[in-house]
Amino acid sequence: MNDMLFFDRLQFAFTITFHYIFPQLTMGLSLLIVYFKWKYLRTKIEKYNSAAIFFMKIFAINFTMGVVTGIPMEFQFGTNWAKFSELTGGIIGQTLAMEGLFSFFLESSFLVLFIFGEKLMGQKLHFLTGFLVFLGSWASGFLILATNAWMQHPVGYEILENGKYVLENFSALFKNPWLVPAFLHNQMASLVTSSFVVASIGAFYILRKKHVESGKLFLKTGVVFGFISSLLVAFPTGDWNAKNVVKYQPASFASMEGIFQSEKGGAEIVLIGQPNMVEKKLDNKIAVPNVLSFLTYQNWNQEIAGLDQFKEEDLPNNIPMLYYSYHIMVGLGTIFIGLMALSLFFLYRKKLFNSKPLLWFIMFLVPFPYIANLLGWYVAELGRQPYLVYGLLRTSVGVSPTVSSGNTLFTLLGFMGLYFLLGLLFLILVGKTINQGPRPTKI
Amino acid sequence: MEIYWYIIIAVVLGIFFVLDGYDFGVGIIHLFFAKKEKDKVVIAKSAGLFWDSNEVWLVAGGGMLFMAFPTLYASAFSGFYLPLIIVLWLIIFRAISLEFRNKFNYQMWKDMWDKAFGISSLLLALFFGIALGNVVRGVNLGSVTNGISAYEAHYFFLPLWDSSFSPLTEHPGVIDWFTIIIGFISVVTLAIHGANWIILKTNSSVNTKLKSVVFKLTIVLAILTVFSLAIWQVVNPNSLNNFLDKPYLIIFPIIYFTGIIGLFFVKKFKKDIYSMLFSTLVILGGITSSLASLFPVILPSTNKVNNSLTIYNTSTSQYGLSVALFWGIIGIILMIIYAIVQYRFMKGKIDEMDYGH
Ligand code: HDD
Ligand code: HEM
Ligand code: HEM
Repeated sequence: MNDMLFFDRLQFAFTITFHYIFPQLTMGLSLLIVYFKWKYLRTKIEKYNSAAIFFMKIFAINFTMGVVTGIPMEFQFGTNWAKFSELTGGIIGQTLAMEGLFSFFLESSFLVLFIFGEKLMGQKLHFLTGFLVFLGSWASGFLILATNAWMQHPVGYEILENGKYVLENFSALFKNPWLVPAFLHNQMASLVTSSFVVASIGAFYILRKKHVESGKLFLKTGVVFGFISSLLVAFPTGDWNAKNVVKYQPASFASMEGIFQSEKGGAEIVLIGQPNMVEKKLDNKIAVPNVLSFLTYQNWNQEIAGLDQFKEEDLPNNIPMLYYSYHIMVGLGTIFIGLMALSLFFLYRKKLFNSKPLLWFIMFLVPFPYIANLLGWYVAELGRQPYLVYGLLRTSVGVSPTVSSGNTLFTLLGFMGLYFLLGLLFLILVGKTINQGPRPTKI
Repeated sequence: MEIYWYIIIAVVLGIFFVLDGYDFGVGIIHLFFAKKEKDKVVIAKSAGLFWDSNEVWLVAGGGMLFMAFPTLYASAFSGFYLPLIIVLWLIIFRAISLEFRNKFNYQMWKDMWDKAFGISSLLLALFFGIALGNVVRGVNLGSVTNGISAYEAHYFFLPLWDSSFSPLTEHPGVIDWFTIIIGFISVVTLAIHGANWIILKTNSSVNTKLKSVVFKLTIVLAILTVFSLAIWQVVNPNSLNNFLDKPYLIIFPIIYFTGIIGLFFVKKFKKDIYSMLFSTLVILGGITSSLASLFPVILPSTNKVNNSLTIYNTSTSQYGLSVALFWGIIGIILMIIYAIVQYRFMKGKIDEMDYGH
């Protein structure tokens, strides 16, 4: 791998990883805030309103971080991936520009109103502004995923003599078979993150014996939403995505699953094992025969293409990372379902609020949905390699021709320093908000 | 079709400079004139409530530029790599200083973010001016030395500066004595604009003082403008050709000068909104005049080997441009409606507003 590409990729990976810590919470949380506000309108019980307002504070800090780390993402298409932008801008620019026009605007204009406008506008309008914030953030996720879906599975384009890709069919961008499954999976996954955050803050308040009433509400809501979304993440949406990958990016699928050789008579599903790239096999493997074939094709004996079926230069260039990312994501997803089912059972038996071990567990589980989300994206993005636009444009072609790796390293280090500072600030501020707690309910 | 997109993007970015311009200006004024805690709070708030929805005009404008003129986006963003990334860092600093200033009630914490807000606003205003300076000056497309291009004809890379700081060398940097003067013009203009916004939106105790500041800065602006026009002739002798060919374009410089003249009467206006309108004219007039002098070029080439980038040689396909026109117009109308809704809710002086909590 040449140096020039290396730092550009590292910078993109670093900045997008940091960016995506924030939107995954805001997208899910906006839905939960709308839920709390709606409950309040229905029941007029103050604790729902104070929950909505409390989480809006956390939302606002997250949102600021999402915005300030998002603007560099858009810039980087031009600064670091100039050739890619030149060749494909006419297509991915469509969805990216729509995002700016339709969703960011909705979100940021109405967020200010939601935060400052409760007294000015009355409850119904306040609910409406909250709803518009939610709509904006989901629309933004949708349009970003439409952009990404085109890179994963290009459709509706035409190639000109000068090598540029231009749009041939606008609606194809939205009918892309990659888009809807990816979007639904992604949104459910961000709902997992936010439900876990809400539940964890609830568990914290109960354990600390402060704001206990709110704590119970948060925990209950978090567990219910957490269970539903964890289920939906795995099935049908995760499964649906896997079927797309096997169909459109078979080499990526073989790497994710760690299938080095195609096996006649059905592929096994690997639970544990370490890819050994030299001997081209999995070390210390534990696997169940034929299950993978069944899961992907509903046929126990269907053959699945292994890595040996592809040319070396078409294989993803970081297979171990791809393999681990996928296995950890799926593993965590399974754990989430189990844990949320257990919590729901305890809730139903009215024991949840008193079972300390479970509360501690829920409280400390917060980082894991973040990890699962980011690893899910690593699967998607590493699996797309060695292409920027799958099958069409190689990553090595897309990089800016004039920006030297010295300059990229400089800006990468700068971003690292700045984001370290941002991360610290973020933790301090969120910590402070949680510590203050929701405003007391007027009873 | 290219022309429509050129106009749309110019309008969106123009709105961005008018809207975000005042909150950069607010930062500059904050740095130099806000002394009492009460003033510091409302002045920062007069930017803090709006910066985010103002900045989306940049995101939207950037996105549309990417879509409609991908070659330009690629060339300019990679060519101006370092200054753009530095601008990003400044934008981040400014945003967090506005958002996080009031989160802790320690003097030290607040002072730190106040300074960060002021300095980053000042530098951003300077950089935006420098950027405009670079566009009108042009760049060495293809990085030609002795008649040979180092890169493809539409790519280039500018260092932050060249040790001579001169716009007339073969390989000028981003910062030279010409672009720095445009940078100063931008700082002064935005400071005026920001001061007007503070006068309009707050009851801060420095309001009367700010009116005379605006007056003095307007004198400085007028002098700098004349000076820069003179050296522009040196840097780019053809800069007036477009105006001679198409005399109606003269409307844009007229807008600019109307703005300046209007601002001289700042102390006499009955309504504060008037001075705001005149500084808006200065900003819009300044940008449109620069664009008009280049049209249809967007980034001139300073060498004879490679052609300038124009709206025609950097655009995407006609089909792409025309479908995008459809959603683009709807989108912009929506954006304007949201902006109006927001500004209506937030109307009046900020210190008199009653926020929920
Ligand atoms: C809480 C987070 C989370 C959890 C628990 C899961 N996922 Fe996931 N997954 C994501 C978060 C995520 C993601 C970050 O949201 C991705 C990245 C791109 C996308 O659309 O969603 C993703 C992508 C993604 C892909 C597409 C990879 C590609 O594009 O190449 C597949 C096949 C799966 N997932 C499958 C699953 C399965 C079978 C799961 C079973 C439990 C699962 N995911 C749990
Ligand atoms: C939040 C979710 C995302 C994460 C965590 C993520 C992660 C990554 C990673 C790890 C890389 C480096 C790949 C490598 O070096 O092999 C990468 C590259 C890249 N991603 Fe993503 N990505 C995300 C979303 C997106 C989206 C939505 C887009 C498009 C709109 C996108 C566009 C790109 C581009 C252009 C590159 C650089 C070229 C490359 O190395 O492939 N990413 N991303
Ligand atoms: C390379 C890919 C990406 C780019 C270019 C990008 C660009 C941006 C930009 C410019 C902003 C700031 C908008 C503003 O001014 O309000 C932003 C914020 C946001 N982004 Fe990204 N983004 C990327 C990846 C993602 C992904 C993968 C998602 C989710 C699926 C996402 C969801 C959001 C959301 C919801 C916001 C609003 C702020 C927030 O809620 O935190 N972005 N993004």
